[in-house]
Amino acid sequence: MFAENATAFPAENTMQVSSNGKAVKNKLSMVVFSGDMDKVMAALIIATGAAASGMEVCMFFTFWGLKALQQPGKLTGKGLFGRMLGVMNRGGLDAIGPSRLNMGGMGRWMFKVMMKQKGVATLPELYEMAVDLGVKMMPCQMSMDVMEFDPNTFQENVTGPVGVATFLEEAAESKINMFI
Amino acid sequence: MSAVTHTKVLDLKGLLCPIPVVKMAKAIKEVEIGETIEAIATDPGVMADIPAWCRTTGNELVTLEKVDKQFHFVVRRAR
Repeated sequence: MFAENATAFPAENTMQVSSNGKAVKNKLSMVVFSGDMDKVMAALIIATGAAASGMEVCMFFTFWGLKALQQPGKLTGKGLFGRMLGVMNRGGLDAIGPSRLNMGGMGRWMFKVMMKQKGVATLPELYEMAVDLGVKMMPCQMSMDVMEFDPNTFQENVTGPVGVATFLEEAAESKINMFI
Repeated sequence: MSAVTHTKVLDLKGLLCPIPVVKMAKAIKEVEIGETIEAIATDPGVMADIPAWCRTTGNELVTLEKVDKQFHFVVRRAR
């Protein structure tokens, strides 16, 4: 009944040209601005789904998004304000809370319990899956400077720090672009 | 299902989005072109997602049916 839908394969024969004059690739680029559990989860699900559908995927983590790349237990910050920020807002995929109803961590705990009951993959599992599928994770240099992030507080498989021009180059050759 | 033997059998029971699609993507690389994968899932989302995944990746969806509370489908690697 669904089989007749499966014949068409439109990619590659529709050639589009990007703003930098190069061919648009079968690629997804994403700005991950949010460091909230729910939004990072959406970002990782879309990224893994795209990679599993044969797309090249690039995620650019900026501002609060950097919190998602942090290794659990590693604190950030050099000066007084930077250290305060690091202590008040601990990073790592297990420590980040939902964008609404976090209630000092209770919401995070509740969501984790509910997700476990239903068998949804956890954020660390999704991250690992994304890395396995070859999703590129790029941290924003400027946000790292502002928030006093040291590159060695990041998880493995994160590229070196990059800036807006690098992201735009990736975005320009992508079929799909997102901001989360 | 039928008496046809499939190259690979995948158990996707209890797994939710995006894992069925991720597992299909891995499994399809492990079979040759023309060979088939049979899978059973419990996530109702696969009814929409597996046909969509087949269209984007250019593989052939042979069958997709709901049996009781499970979803059985067969995909043939086409490229």
